[in-house]
Amino acid sequence: MDETTVPLNSAATTEPAVRFEAVTKKYGTVTAVDSVSFDIAPASLVTLLGPSGCGKTTTLRLIAGLEQASGGRILIGGKDVTLLSAAERDVSMVFQSYALFPHMNVIENVSYGLRSMGLGRADAEARAAEKLALVGLSGYEKRQPSELSGGQQQRVAVARAIVLEPQVLLFDEPLSNLDAKLRRRVREEIRDLQQALKLTVAYVTHDQEEAMAVSDRIIVMNGGRIAQDGTPSELYNEPSSRFIADFMGDANLIPVSVGGTDSQQAEVKIGRASVRIRRRAVANGEALLAVRPHAIRMTAGASSADTLSGTVLKSTYLGNHMEYRVRLADPDTELFVSSPDTQNPIADASAVSVVINPADAVLIGD
Amino acid sequence: MARSIPVKADASAGQGNAAGWLAVAWLSFLVLPWYKVEGGFFAFDWLSRPYSATPAVLGGLSSAPWLLPLALPLLAATWFVWRRDLRSLAWVGAAGLAWMAVEGFSIIHSGWAFSWLTTLTGDPGPKQPGMGWGAVLYAAAMLMLTAASLARRGWCKGDGFVVGALMLVITSLILFVAYPLVSILSSAVKDNDGNVMPSLFADKLFNSNIWSLGCLYGSGNCGVAWNTVAVATLVGLLCTVLGLALALIALRTQVRGKWILRSLSILPIITPPFVIGLALILLFGRAGIVTNFLSHHFAIPRSRWIYGMAGITMAQVLAFTPIAFLVLVGVLQGVSPSMEEASQTLRASRWRTFWTVTWPLIRPGLASAFLISFIESMADFANPLVLGGNFNVLATDIFFAVVGAAHDQGRAAVLAIVLLVFTLAAFVIQRRWIGKRSYVTVSGKGDGGVPAALPPVLRIGCYAATLPWLVLTVVVYVIILTGGFVQSIGRDNTPTLEYFLTAFGVTKGVDGWFLSGSAWPSLTMTIGLALVAMPLTAALGILTAYLLDRQKFAGRTLFEFLAMMSFAIPGTVVGISYILAFNVPPVQITGTGLIIVISFIFRNMPVAIRAGLANLNQIDKSLDEASLTLGARSFATLRKVILPILKPAIVTAMIYSFVRAVTAVSAVIFLATGRFNLATVYIVGRADVGEYGIAIVYAAVMIVVMMAILVGIQVLVGERRLGRRSAASEPVMA
Repeated sequence: MDETTVPLNSAATTEPAVRFEAVTKKYGTVTAVDSVSFDIAPASLVTLLGPSGCGKTTTLRLIAGLEQASGGRILIGGKDVTLLSAAERDVSMVFQSYALFPHMNVIENVSYGLRSMGLGRADAEARAAEKLALVGLSGYEKRQPSELSGGQQQRVAVARAIVLEPQVLLFDEPLSNLDAKLRRRVREEIRDLQQALKLTVAYVTHDQEEAMAVSDRIIVMNGGRIAQDGTPSELYNEPSSRFIADFMGDANLIPVSVGGTDSQQAEVKIGRASVRIRRRAVANGEALLAVRPHAIRMTAGASSADTLSGTVLKSTYLGNHMEYRVRLADPDTELFVSSPDTQNPIADASAVSVVINPADAVLIGD
Repeated sequence: MARSIPVKADASAGQGNAAGWLAVAWLSFLVLPWYKVEGGFFAFDWLSRPYSATPAVLGGLSSAPWLLPLALPLLAATWFVWRRDLRSLAWVGAAGLAWMAVEGFSIIHSGWAFSWLTTLTGDPGPKQPGMGWGAVLYAAAMLMLTAASLARRGWCKGDGFVVGALMLVITSLILFVAYPLVSILSSAVKDNDGNVMPSLFADKLFNSNIWSLGCLYGSGNCGVAWNTVAVATLVGLLCTVLGLALALIALRTQVRGKWILRSLSILPIITPPFVIGLALILLFGRAGIVTNFLSHHFAIPRSRWIYGMAGITMAQVLAFTPIAFLVLVGVLQGVSPSMEEASQTLRASRWRTFWTVTWPLIRPGLASAFLISFIESMADFANPLVLGGNFNVLATDIFFAVVGAAHDQGRAAVLAIVLLVFTLAAFVIQRRWIGKRSYVTVSGKGDGGVPAALPPVLRIGCYAATLPWLVLTVVVYVIILTGGFVQSIGRDNTPTLEYFLTAFGVTKGVDGWFLSGSAWPSLTMTIGLALVAMPLTAALGILTAYLLDRQKFAGRTLFEFLAMMSFAIPGTVVGISYILAFNVPPVQITGTGLIIVISFIFRNMPVAIRAGLANLNQIDKSLDEASLTLGARSFATLRKVILPILKPAIVTAMIYSFVRAVTAVSAVIFLATGRFNLATVYIVGRADVGEYGIAIVYAAVMIVVMMAILVGIQVLVGERRLGRRSAASEPVMA
């Protein structure tokens, strides 16, 4: 089985596995992907993340060749594939619906790609069986897809996609048809397989938690453009815009005014309270402060001079933590707060004093 | 162990295809006979005397210099293929096709095709016959070279097969659907000698024979257009009402024996169209069974009332109600029972539920059923032919304008245009306007619930409306099936095999048994031609459905319209248009079996398209995409993934196109010849000269054979589906 550990990609080259150069896709007058450029390094897992309709699936299908770009260039392994059809590109895809051929059994499905390449049946099925073993489905060769569970079908789809040992493997929301518990396990399996085989993977999801869990890098898209491109922690901790802050983990966005002269630390006024926060190139004036729900401390009772005063609108008990919706008096805004303290819940309509930890807060310019 | 990983093919595949087509083009230019040869396309005796079949290059050097320019695209194409510059081939292919069109349409068998060319050159011009193998293959090769080039330019995602298939289907639709229609238009403005006479056209178009409203003022007859519209409207209304009543009974009552209603739905498919008219004559004609009875026992005088509007309407209502029924069953099934249940839980009575929920939901479906019956009635040729008497409708008038003593192609063309405008208008309304208004959506999700029972008054109304229709239908079919086995039905009911033996006798001669019956030649010819057309219809229809459902391209809507339009073109119009278009070069195929096969294909293609579309809609598109990303090109994907899943649709398309081809009459009555005689045409001929016995026995045999084929296939396909994948493997526990 040693060949399975051999890198499948020509990792020796420094070429990016996938390169987008100002790629645009238009449907009539609608621009689904708007002049998008990025690279995917070999043997990395890059996630395209964004709300529905942001262009992430279209981008994935552009890599696959299932859509033709209206403008720009697409390179795979350094070769211009912009005008090539899907059958001519060295990529495979795992589909949201798995798209297992219903009239073929498992081994026929997995060996399909090899047979398309002109391999004989015996040879193709032998190689397909290796890949089936890799995803833990040995012994299922003669089953029909309809006789498998959702998770098993998903693994067959993965085996079928890696059987051609493509330069790039594409996943289109592979977990969306699985139940919540299975999702966690399957995403770990996908990540393990990717790292074990050093696969280059482009992965599409709308679930930011899933994206963080599997990715080396995340490209967040919005309105057909790239909103931010970075590692999971960069996106979470250093959101470049209001959209990213909000999309990556429900940040509270509090209107603040930025002042001071220091280029590193800014004087930030939140209502009447004032804190020093890392400036991140935000100019003086109106700005937003992004604060994660768990980074807000709250105590029952009236506020003091350097804390904010608020009223609990609604408290919800969720077993391992509490969630609160809190109305701030100044600035007049609503906060979403999560607290691990389930022993001493704060009742609806109580007055609370709110403290924001500057270390967990990020300034956003827009 | 080092092993080679198979690498997906790169873009060089188009190169090989282009080279192949280039070879075909050279072959067609240098070797194959350019013009049609004696005996038609499928006579190959020219192979034994090659001097009689001149290829384009020799013809061009001697008598037909206009063929020589066709070598230029060939040379250019060779250069570009050699240089691997496929992108430039499109211009070359287009140029080749354009020159073929120019020379083909300018020079015909009688000289210049356009009178201005005669005036210009001052002589009648050179002559050339219709195209043969060389021309056909040259055109095909040029088309495919263009397709390969356009694919290389990124059309249809760079997929050569899709571009090629698209161009093939579009070209054949243009050639065999659009071009004949244009020929009608152009003959409408010409007189019998081919001179353009716009005033004559206006004369013919606004002729009082067509548009007179005389019958309303009591002064003479109404125009044939109004006759047709009146019958079609009446038939449309009656069929819709009856169809709705039948559909309500089938889906909303507990009455037993519903399978009878279901089986009725295959009747219009297997029944040759004029058969009902024939049976009505045997029942209600001057010497009919009912007429005899009434005259004997009630002294009601014999009359010819059945010949005319009453008879035609009656026959068409009998014939087309099952079609309306099928449409309305579909519509009624689309009404989710949970909506009716919601209405009932909101305290609405059954009556109120029906009128406020069910009725508004099925209203677009009713309009659809009406328009479809309307189109069928307008297009019906056979019943008016048998029952019309002095009452003319457009479909029969077209026929008499070309076959009658007063041979007038211009008039036939004008009548065809009028008929076509009516049916196409109904077709457009049905597709565009009603299609958008339809509330019935088929969602994959099962919707539980029990449909509401009908209000009692409505239920009784339904029974009352359908009973006479049912009784008459049964009587009609009894007459057809038995009438040919008695001396003279109604008058002399002695059983006899005389007609059957005359038609289907098998005699022992000197050389052994042979088919001596008079019906055999037409029956075997019909079945033979229908068998040839069957796979071609299915292939073209399924391919079209695939292109429509799976590919995006500019002009897709227009393409779909063109493909489905042949449903709305009445058979008589097709017949006359084929005669007008294909009687002269460049495509000269009248009098051959080929033209009959082609008319079968394009008449029945919508059926195959529909079967394909209905099935393709249910196949997840990511199956194709999965196959593509696994390196199977679209042709391989079509063959290995889509077609195996589409098998039931393919069988359906084949069977229906076969059965419809065998039972069709309206188009082929123009195209059949002594050598290529067809069953339906033969029967009409027998009925026309009063030999009802043979006509009916033949019709009965056809119905029984068709029924046997349909049932047999149903059983075969049904079992295949059940028996598939019977426990191929033991369950393996993980």
